[in-house]
Amino acid sequence: MYDAGKILIGLVIFLLLLTFPFWYSLGQASYESPELQLPEDSQECIRDTEWMRKNHMQLLDDWRDTVVREGKSVYTGSEGKQYDMSLQKTCMDCHTSKKKFCDRCHNSASVEPYCWDCHVAPEEVANGQQ
Amino acid sequence: MNALYALIMVLALVIIPLLGAGAAGWHALFGVVLPYLAFTVFVLGFLYRVVKWGRSPVPFKIPTTGGQQESLPWIRQNRIDSPSTKTGTVIRMILEVLLFRSLFRNTRVRLFKDETQLSYGSSKFLWLGALAFHVSFFVILARHMRFFTEPVPALFNWIETLDGIMQVGVPVLFATEIVILLALAYLFLRRVLVPQLRYISLPTDYFALFLLFAIVISGILMRYFVRADIVDIKTLTMGLIQLQPEVPESIGALFYTHLFLVCSLLVYFPWSKLMHLGGVFLSPTRNMPNDNRMRRHVNPWNYPVKLHTYEEWEDEYRDKMKEAGIPVEKE
Ligand code: HEC
Ligand code: HEC
Ligand code: HEC
Repeated sequence: MYDAGKILIGLVIFLLLLTFPFWYSLGQASYESPELQLPEDSQECIRDTEWMRKNHMQLLDDWRDTVVREGKSVYTGSEGKQYDMSLQKTCMDCHTSKKKFCDRCHNSASVEPYCWDCHVAPEEVANGQQ
Repeated sequence: MNALYALIMVLALVIIPLLGAGAAGWHALFGVVLPYLAFTVFVLGFLYRVVKWGRSPVPFKIPTTGGQQESLPWIRQNRIDSPSTKTGTVIRMILEVLLFRSLFRNTRVRLFKDETQLSYGSSKFLWLGALAFHVSFFVILARHMRFFTEPVPALFNWIETLDGIMQVGVPVLFATEIVILLALAYLFLRRVLVPQLRYISLPTDYFALFLLFAIVISGILMRYFVRADIVDIKTLTMGLIQLQPEVPESIGALFYTHLFLVCSLLVYFPWSKLMHLGGVFLSPTRNMPNDNRMRRHVNPWNYPVKLHTYEEWEDEYRDKMKEAGIPVEKE
């Protein structure tokens, strides 16, 4: 091979970058999907769990727009139950801890909802953690 | 016509996982076996292509020059576009790889005044489109690292935050998704609308574009429209990385389509023009300094010719030459 030294160095760098996730996870405990602290005094969410997992952010977005722009604030869930469309008063009423629920998933999925720039998470505030 | 072939191929690639993972439910095949296979083919194919290039001799010194070469001391040299030193060449390569400098120099010929006058103008659109595409692609790749690392290194978080800094909608809209779509659309329309380009475009040229289109569109669908369960997908991808594959039930056909298209890209990559990822570093026209007149370039291909010099020839025939009265140089 001509210029073997340079080409091999290039290939080694390329391979290291390409396999980054493999060696980054070496020696780490095997991945578990995040453990969530579920509400104790209720059995189900606003809609079925499967749907909530995938679409809760869009639901929140709809709520926000409905409340702030249209001034309506009652949401009727799939089972006819009615909820006040509020992030802090509804979601966080059942899911009392942001850290042990929302954040667990979000850290793993590397999303940082900017909602908490303004909204406050109840339990953390009560405990003076924030 | 060429575009149509390519479109049909990509549609076929979309239908395979829809049938296989969607209808037939072969999740382990599409979620585990094919990704491993595709990654292996990509790595080995890439190494093979680069090593093969490395073994090919460069018979001539052929740097392309884009400026005044090194000359008399009072003539100013363009040290980057016609570099004669190693440093100059390295700078040139860096600019080429990161900023596509040679595309920046594109020109366009036009006839004007009733086609009686010719003018050369600068044409930056290809450069802009190519740069927009590549940068977006790179950022998207980096953002996907959140699926393959745990804990996710902060660097990838920052890239994600920066990309979504406009905070439009929930989940936030990423700027690169719009940019990559526009860039791909431009790169495609360019081939279709410019007659000269249409003439030289082959099915492979369109295939790569359509395949990328399909990947981007399936990804966008999954993020904003037919939402996928990110947490379960991460279980799958981390299983792949830690070599303990696990296939969560809930993952839908759209995700497998996205993944299969990416696998297709990986398999296709080493054997196609997309290998310019490795090739740009091995381009003799870019990575050789323009020092033709200072240093002799020996063709490594030169066959070791067996010489038979005049002296040797004379030694052989001296007697006969003398007999015939032909003058000899050595008695
Ligand atoms: C710039 C500060 C700010 C940010 C960031 C913000 N909000 Fe709000 N949001 C508000 C304010 C102020 C109200 C109250 C409007 C009212 O009560 O009339 C509100 C109201 C709402 C409501 C309805 C009323 C209620 O009590 O909850 C929802 C739902 C909501 N926001 C969701 C979100 C979500 C989801 C995000 C993140 C994607 C978010 N907000 C980010 C300031 C913000
Ligand atoms: C009435 C109480 C209640 C309210 C209000 C509520 N949840 Fe839930 N939520 C639950 C329960 C209980 C579960 C667990 C369901 C299960 O285990 O199947 C759950 C599950 C979830 C999950 C899926 C977690 C998992 O196990 O994967 C998400 C995401 C979620 N909720 C988000 C929200 C958001 C966002 C809101 C506000 C829009 C909200 N919830 C409002 C009770 C509630
Ligand atoms: C089952 C895991 C899970 C739980 C629990 C969960 N989320 Fe999420 N959430 C996600 C995932 C995954 C995303 C990112 C989706 C994406 O990137 O496409 C997300 C995104 C969001 C977003 C949009 C953020 C953005 O910038 O795109 C908001 C807002 C949000 N979640 C709010 C909440 C709130 C509030 C709670 C707690 C009540 C909660 N989530 C609990 C998994 C979860």
